[in-house]
Amino acid sequence: MVNYMAEPLVFHFEVDGDNFTSAGQASVQVKKNLRELGIDPETIRRVSIAMYEGEINMVIHAHGGVAEVIVSDESVEIILKDTGPGIPNIEQAMQEGFSTAPDNVRSLGFGAGMGLPNMKRYTDYMHIDSVVGVGTTITMKVNY
Amino acid sequence: MNTYIHSVSLDSSKCTGCTTCMKHCPTEAIRVRNGCAVIDSERCIDCGECIRNCPNNAKKSICNSFDEIKNYRYKIALPAPALMAQFDNLDNVGYVIQGLLDIGFDEVFEVAKAAELVSDYTRVYLQTEGIKKPVISTACPVVARLIALRFPFLKDNLLPLLPPMEVAAAMAKEEALKAHPELKREEICTCFISPCPAKVSYARNGFGSYKSAVDLVVSMSEIYLRLINVMNRDRNCDISSQSGRIGVSWAICGGEGSALLNDKILAADGINNVISVLDQIEDGNIPPIDFVELNACPGGCVGGVLTIENPYVAKNRLHTLRRYMPIALNSVPEDESYIPGEKFLPDMPSYKPLNRLSDSIGESMRLMAKIQALRRELPGIDCGSCGAPNCRAFAEDIVMGNADRNECIIAYKDLIRKYIREYDGGERDDSQ
Repeated sequence: MVNYMAEPLVFHFEVDGDNFTSAGQASVQVKKNLRELGIDPETIRRVSIAMYEGEINMVIHAHGGVAEVIVSDESVEIILKDTGPGIPNIEQAMQEGFSTAPDNVRSLGFGAGMGLPNMKRYTDYMHIDSVVGVGTTITMKVNY
Repeated sequence: MNTYIHSVSLDSSKCTGCTTCMKHCPTEAIRVRNGCAVIDSERCIDCGECIRNCPNNAKKSICNSFDEIKNYRYKIALPAPALMAQFDNLDNVGYVIQGLLDIGFDEVFEVAKAAELVSDYTRVYLQTEGIKKPVISTACPVVARLIALRFPFLKDNLLPLLPPMEVAAAMAKEEALKAHPELKREEICTCFISPCPAKVSYARNGFGSYKSAVDLVVSMSEIYLRLINVMNRDRNCDISSQSGRIGVSWAICGGEGSALLNDKILAADGINNVISVLDQIEDGNIPPIDFVELNACPGGCVGGVLTIENPYVAKNRLHTLRRYMPIALNSVPEDESYIPGEKFLPDMPSYKPLNRLSDSIGESMRLMAKIQALRRELPGIDCGSCGAPNCRAFAEDIVMGNADRNECIIAYKDLIRKYIREYDGGERDDSQ
């Protein structure tokens, strides 16, 4: 018997830049879809936290971007792609509390410098690909 | 098998199949089939939005009838605090208590009284080390069920204490047994006067393995009509309220929270606001808070669909009524720094994932891929004519074998247009 593998499912989202009202919508939708698939609650929560942080980052720093969520037999993969300013020093950006968010964003309660560290904490794999002036692509994976 | 007994139901003779309720249902539990609304009882959380929005009064809540109290020897009324907010110019809760005695109850135990104790216990609980915060109130049964069905990760945040209605029922019965040793337990009934269908369902189904101590639930609107006939506010009333401000304020959004005397609280009302707050808590996207009070109805319990008065008018009346009340009349004994075991819920209901497509993830993925592909072919205007609340839900219904694609009126129109074009073309062909 050949073990039949299901085709990975791909969800695609446009993240609207500079719009805090809609920020977080993609992660709510992903959560809904994962629930329908019967993914366990802990995995859903980890995915939605990582996704939410990523979405907010794209809104704050990069005027939005695109998010792709790929659900396969063993993991949920999140790819966040933007054409923003890029991250000059990834190691520094990964430190808790380090933030380049502007004051108007901080006054809204964002920009505490926990975005990237949280994304790393809640996922099993995280890779940042960034070129200054070109954009950033973040790939994260949460295994079941 | 689903064994949950719902209070929300449909009078099919009044339903016109208009899709209004279906559009307002927060859990997409309603479909219109053969010109009539159908409720999926697994998805229904008894929030009452369909009752609130039905233009034909076809949606209703099944409660006990008031006359059922006659089957018992000793009848105890448990009025929800929201009842006190239904009367114009009421300056003493005593008139309502007297009215309840006049219409046939032997005793009145205000739920507000128990609410003050629950507030005390909640304050103690919040001091417990190692509990998951924010603690989420379980007083609104809609919210409790919603979390059990849709937010399993927040289950450990639920306040594990019995809600005021249950504490009141248990206390009232014990006290009556003590005061009237001639009575047997089954001869006493506790009758909750409810602002909403969700309390009816809670009393019937319990919560987790907990069985409700409430025997009957009668709607506030039925009791109201009887009360206004007997309430005479010209005569003197020497009965006074059994609770203070804290107790009666549980009827409005923010009441339960502010009773905790803690500023790290959040209170939300309205089912859609409740859902978005829960989503935010789940995403870890809220400021550090200790307690979350969530009310499915607008304005809190005064907004329940079985109440009479507009929730905001009711709220104003409650403010007037409580103005001269003491802060609280009930509290746990000073030396009691722990919560008695019987005030705890024994457990939480097990997670029953709402909307799961299949038991196997692989199969679910295949189904969802089909749904996504189909969804892209549908018009996407979410008109509801097919009998599903939106095109995505319709696509899901088709894939799951519960709907026929030809129900889509837009697709049908395109098909007719195509036939007409072919027919016209055919005619021209003939004439040439």
